[in-house]
Amino acid sequence: MFNHGILERNSLLLVVGILIVVAIGGIVEIAPLFYLESTIEKVQGMRPYTPLELTGRTIYVREGCYLCHSQMIRPLRDEVERYGHYSLAAESMYDHPFQWGSKRTGPDLARVGAKYSDEWHRAHLADPRSVVPESVMPPYVFLANADINVDTIADALKAGSMVGMPYSDDMIANAKADLIAQATPDADGIDAFKKRYAKAEARDFDGDPKRVTEMDALIAYLQMLGTLVDFKTYQADAPENRR
Amino acid sequence: MQPAPSNAEFRLDLFAVPAVLVSFLLLGFFVAAKTPDPLMALQAWTFMAGIGVALFWLVQHYKNGIPDDDRSAYANDIVKAGVIASMFWGIAGMLVGVIIALQLAFPTIFYFPDFPFTNFGRLRPLHTSAVVFAFGGNVLIATSFYVVQRTSKARLAGGLWPWFVFWGYQTFILVAGTGYLIGVTQGREYAEPEWYMDLWLTLVWVTYLLVFLGTLWKRKEPHIYVANWFYLAFIVTVAMLHIVNNLAVPVSWLGIKSYSAFAGVQDALTQWWYGHNAVGFFLTAGFLAIMYYFIPKQAQRPVYSYRLSIVHFWSLIFIYIWAGPHHLHYTALPVWAQTLGMTFSIMLWMPSWGGMINGLMTLSGAWDKLRTDPILRMLVVSVAFYGMSTFEGPVMSIKAVNALSHYTDWTIGHVHSGALGWVGFVSFGALYCLTPWLWKRQRLYSMSLVEWHFGISTIGIVFYITSMWVSGIMQGLMWRAYNDFGFLEYSFVETVEAMHPYYIIRAFGGLLYLTGTLIMAYNLWRTIRGDVRASEPLALGPQMTPQLATA
Repeated sequence: MFNHGILERNSLLLVVGILIVVAIGGIVEIAPLFYLESTIEKVQGMRPYTPLELTGRTIYVREGCYLCHSQMIRPLRDEVERYGHYSLAAESMYDHPFQWGSKRTGPDLARVGAKYSDEWHRAHLADPRSVVPESVMPPYVFLANADINVDTIADALKAGSMVGMPYSDDMIANAKADLIAQATPDADGIDAFKKRYAKAEARDFDGDPKRVTEMDALIAYLQMLGTLVDFKTYQADAPENRR
Repeated sequence: MQPAPSNAEFRLDLFAVPAVLVSFLLLGFFVAAKTPDPLMALQAWTFMAGIGVALFWLVQHYKNGIPDDDRSAYANDIVKAGVIASMFWGIAGMLVGVIIALQLAFPTIFYFPDFPFTNFGRLRPLHTSAVVFAFGGNVLIATSFYVVQRTSKARLAGGLWPWFVFWGYQTFILVAGTGYLIGVTQGREYAEPEWYMDLWLTLVWVTYLLVFLGTLWKRKEPHIYVANWFYLAFIVTVAMLHIVNNLAVPVSWLGIKSYSAFAGVQDALTQWWYGHNAVGFFLTAGFLAIMYYFIPKQAQRPVYSYRLSIVHFWSLIFIYIWAGPHHLHYTALPVWAQTLGMTFSIMLWMPSWGGMINGLMTLSGAWDKLRTDPILRMLVVSVAFYGMSTFEGPVMSIKAVNALSHYTDWTIGHVHSGALGWVGFVSFGALYCLTPWLWKRQRLYSMSLVEWHFGISTIGIVFYITSMWVSGIMQGLMWRAYNDFGFLEYSFVETVEAMHPYYIIRAFGGLLYLTGTLIMAYNLWRTIRGDVRASEPLALGPQMTPQLATA
């Protein structure tokens, strides 16, 4: 029989043994996700976040929204009826990091996009209990007063493209202009912006057309959540989409 | 700092550690001066403050001469520092926990609409990091430095390097914790610190591993004691998890923001592979090492079964790593991975209870001590809580159960039965043992205060867990309730409203637990001062085991 005393007398053998034993599970479970084609469904409509949406997403991460809101609708009857179509892997394929969450102190936000008006979001973020009296959410009124630093957005897109967000050189070059255009009514270059980012909504999200604030960015992000995939062409029962 | 005395051999650490610290001080200054990002500048200044304190402390500590690396004596000062740091961070982390529990119960307090710093989303990572990594981490570093010396009969290796580990780790906590308040986070649960602090922690952690291994290499015992297997598995595996999960590309070398290397489904499983094994290796393997040293020591009995130790060790570390996918049941993670994760999570019940049995049965022939020794009672109850939460965990990993429990407070209750009952109590037991041993006191200041701590905190845990069970299961049932017409019975916010009384009970339970910790801190502080409570003279109280002979 194997003599365990060998490992107890040799610290390096013990370390190597530990490393081998703890490496196996992760390799078997995680590595195949990178090459099995069935992991991510084939869908129409996914695109990278616009510069304004990406900025909003950064604010969402910064404020720890994921600690109370999930972005992952499970294929259970009540969830699908409450929130909409269950979430697809494809819908978070450009999410660095993923924001599926682990706790619903507040409702799921995977498909919150276009469900409420911008005005509702503004009022709700500034004072959640003004529109939902029973809410336990913190207030985020400071977002409306915080201007976005638009000069670093091109770097953000560039770093994003290095980890796999499909930003073209054209998108990176126009990042700053696109960011401002999406939050400014009747801005120049709005058509070029819309060509770069299909189905992107451009308007003054925060009610202050003169400024591009963090409130603009966060609402722009929230209003697009779950709206990209075209569920008319998506066949959940097709063999390649089964999971 | 003075160079080494002439009769001593040349010691690289006396130059290298100050040189490394000064280099990082300069790097911090460079970043603070160059960065266009005010948050990064604040982080850099905080980092410099941490390093500055470390340098100042080293100079003060050794101003009367060089740390003579006397090979006959154990390094105790570093363990003492770890005991004090553990107490400090424990109180801080639990206090933040009580605050955020109150925020959920009474959402109009502690929120300042114009300032984001105390919002729940920023304080919750502060709470989890402070209790897990600051409190738990300091307990693990301190006890591992104590245990590896005693069980190896060798002084801690590396001279000043253990101090680099200690102060480097405190600096990590300081920069990461203040970072959450100002909005610096990667948005990965339990791995929130940004890329530059991840790099710093990697450096500190590798040094920690080398100090630990170096001490093992100097050992005068032929065999490595079982507690050290667990410490080693904890250190090595946490390094692996930390490095892989934090792979990221920074937006700029002088900015806070980075994007993780993975996206979506791959990112999710990498994160929960990390997240579940932060539980498995940080909060379990490391604290099992504490169990394997302090329970036999305090009970004056050998470990129940050597063979069970071996089986339990290898099966635990092998199986734990697979359990991550149970955090992602019914998500967009492929079903094969979910099923694999569930299967291994259920299997994990066996090694977990193997460890519990080995800890509890170590009391064979010494069960009567539970009546007279409240410290041993705390240690043993911690193992009982370990058994309870490692049974609850596999149950919750079953997909049908998880469909109900996931996203609810049941998870929060489960975590806290492990965190408060197991990790907290085993740490308190170890701190109660270590303080008189290290400061060479015959006994703690007061044993009856240990009884009070134990009683108040246990009641606090019961309030906490039961309220979260009720609110979690209730909310899960409300979400899926249908009325007679086939519509969903409750809107989401109705389920939030229903949580209110349970959030109050939970905050009360947390407050009780914090009170117990404060009683402990007072007791330890008086013990360190050398006081003995007048109403409990030494001759009457239950005797601690004097460790003076070897300390």
